[in-house]
Amino acid sequence: MIEIKNVNKNFGETSILRDVSFVCEEGKTNLIIGGSGSGKTVLMKCIVGLFEIDNGGIYYHGRSFSELNFTERKEIRKEIGMVFQGGALFDSMTVEENLAFPLTMFTDMNKNDKRDRVNFCLSRVNLENVNKKFPSELSGGMKKRVAIARAIVMNPKYLFCDEPNSGLDPQTSIVIDNLIMEITQEYGITTLINTHDMNSVLEHGDKIFFIYKGQLWWEGDKETVLTASNKELRDLVFASKILREFRK
Amino acid sequence: MLYHFGKYWLFMKALVEKPEKFDVYRRQVVKEMESIGFGSLGIVAIISMFIGAVITIQTSYNLLSPFVPLYAVAVVARDSIIIEFSPTIICLVLAGKVGSSIASELGTMRVTEQIDALEIMGINASGYLVLPKIIAAVIILPFIVVLSMVLGILGGLIGGVASGVISAVEFAHGLQVRFVPFNVIFALTKTVFFAYIITSVPAFHGFYAKGSALEVGKASTRAVVYSSVALLVADYVLTQIFLA
Repeated sequence: MIEIKNVNKNFGETSILRDVSFVCEEGKTNLIIGGSGSGKTVLMKCIVGLFEIDNGGIYYHGRSFSELNFTERKEIRKEIGMVFQGGALFDSMTVEENLAFPLTMFTDMNKNDKRDRVNFCLSRVNLENVNKKFPSELSGGMKKRVAIARAIVMNPKYLFCDEPNSGLDPQTSIVIDNLIMEITQEYGITTLINTHDMNSVLEHGDKIFFIYKGQLWWEGDKETVLTASNKELRDLVFASKILREFRK
Repeated sequence: MLYHFGKYWLFMKALVEKPEKFDVYRRQVVKEMESIGFGSLGIVAIISMFIGAVITIQTSYNLLSPFVPLYAVAVVARDSIIIEFSPTIICLVLAGKVGSSIASELGTMRVTEQIDALEIMGINASGYLVLPKIIAAVIILPFIVVLSMVLGILGGLIGGVASGVISAVEFAHGLQVRFVPFNVIFALTKTVFFAYIITSVPAFHGFYAKGSALEVGKASTRAVVYSSVALLVADYVLTQIFLA
C-alpha cells in the first residue's frame, strides 16, 4: 500500500503540489490524471523519491520513504519498477543487457539464470529476437515494452508508469495498456500510472486521482468518472468531441 | 559560485559511497580506460610528434649563439616536453576531447531520464557512472603522458635532424646532459591531478544538465571551459609547490 499524506512541493517561489493526500489501492491499477502542467509527473517523481518533498509524508506499507536517506531507501527501491515516459533505456546497452543490469547489480544469479529471466520477461511483453538489439534500433512501442520488461525483471511490488502511452499510435497504446493491466493482475502489483489518455482511464482505472493545479481535486474509479459532477474533471474527460457526443 | 563549489564537493562525496557490486565497477573502469586512454592515443601521438619537432626548431632559433653548445637545444626541448608540454598541454587537449565526451554522455543520460532510471533501481548513479571514469583516467593518463614524452622527444629528433638544425648525435648527447629524474616524477604527479580535474569537472556539469539537447551542448561547453581553467590554476599551484 502506498500512502501519500499532505505532500507539498515548491520549485523556488512556485508551488507545484499543495497538500496532496491519497492512498493507492493495493494490487490494483491506480491512475493519476490531470491536464498538462497540473503536477502529475512531479507528484510521481516525489513518490518514487526522484524529487524531495518539502513537507508531508510518503509511506510504503507504513514505512516512511520520504524520511529515509539514499542508502536506507535502497531496500524499498528494490521493490519498485518504473516505466519512464521515453523508456529511459540505457543507450550503450543491448536490450538483454538493459534487462540483466538490475539482476547483475542486486542478485547473485549466474549467467544462465539471468538469461532465462530476461527471456521470460521479454516473452511476457511479447517481444522476440530483440535481445541483441540496441534501443536505437527499436520502434517507440518496442521501447515501451522493453521498459516494462525491465521494470518487472526484479519482481517488483510497485510499478510506476509515467505516461506509458505518450507518442504511441492508438493501437499500440491499447496493447501497452493491456500489458500493464495483465501484469498488474497476474503478479498482484500495486500499479500507479500517470496518464491523460481517456481510453486508459475508462478501461483500467480501478482507482483514479484527478490532480488540478497541484491539488487533489477528485478521486473515484472508472465507473464514477463519467458521472462525476466536478467541472474541471468533466472538462478533462469530455475534452474530445466524440466523448461529448457519447455523454449526450 | 560558492553554491556550485559546495554542490561539486557534495557530488564528489556521493561518488565514494560503497559500490553495489565491486566486480561491475571494476569492469566499468577497464571499459573507461579503453575509451579515455586508447581512444586518445591517435591525437596524442600526432600532437606530440609535431609539437616536439616545433619546440626543437624554435629552441634552436632562439639559442643561435656561438657561446651556446648545440646540444643545449636537446636539453631545452627535453625539459620543455617533460615538464610542461606532455603533462599540461596534452591534458588540456584531453580536457577538450574527453571532457566534452563525458559531459555530453552524462547530460544526455540526464535529459533522457536514464540517470533517474538508475536511481529508481537503487543504484548510486554518480558512483556508478562517474567514479570509474575518474579512476580510469588517473590510472591511464600517466601512461599516455609518458608516451607523449617519448614521442615528443622523437618528434624533436626527427624535426631537428630533418631541418638541419642539429645532428642526431648532438641531440642524443643533449638528452643525457643534466637529466633530472625528479622532473618526470613531477610531471606524472601533475598528470594525476589533471586526470582528476578533466574527468570530475565535466562529469559534474553533465550530471546536473537540465532541459533539452541544447542544454546538453551548453553543459558540454561549460565543462571544457571550467576544466581547462581549473587545470591551468592547478598547474600553477603545483609548479609553485614543487619547483619554486
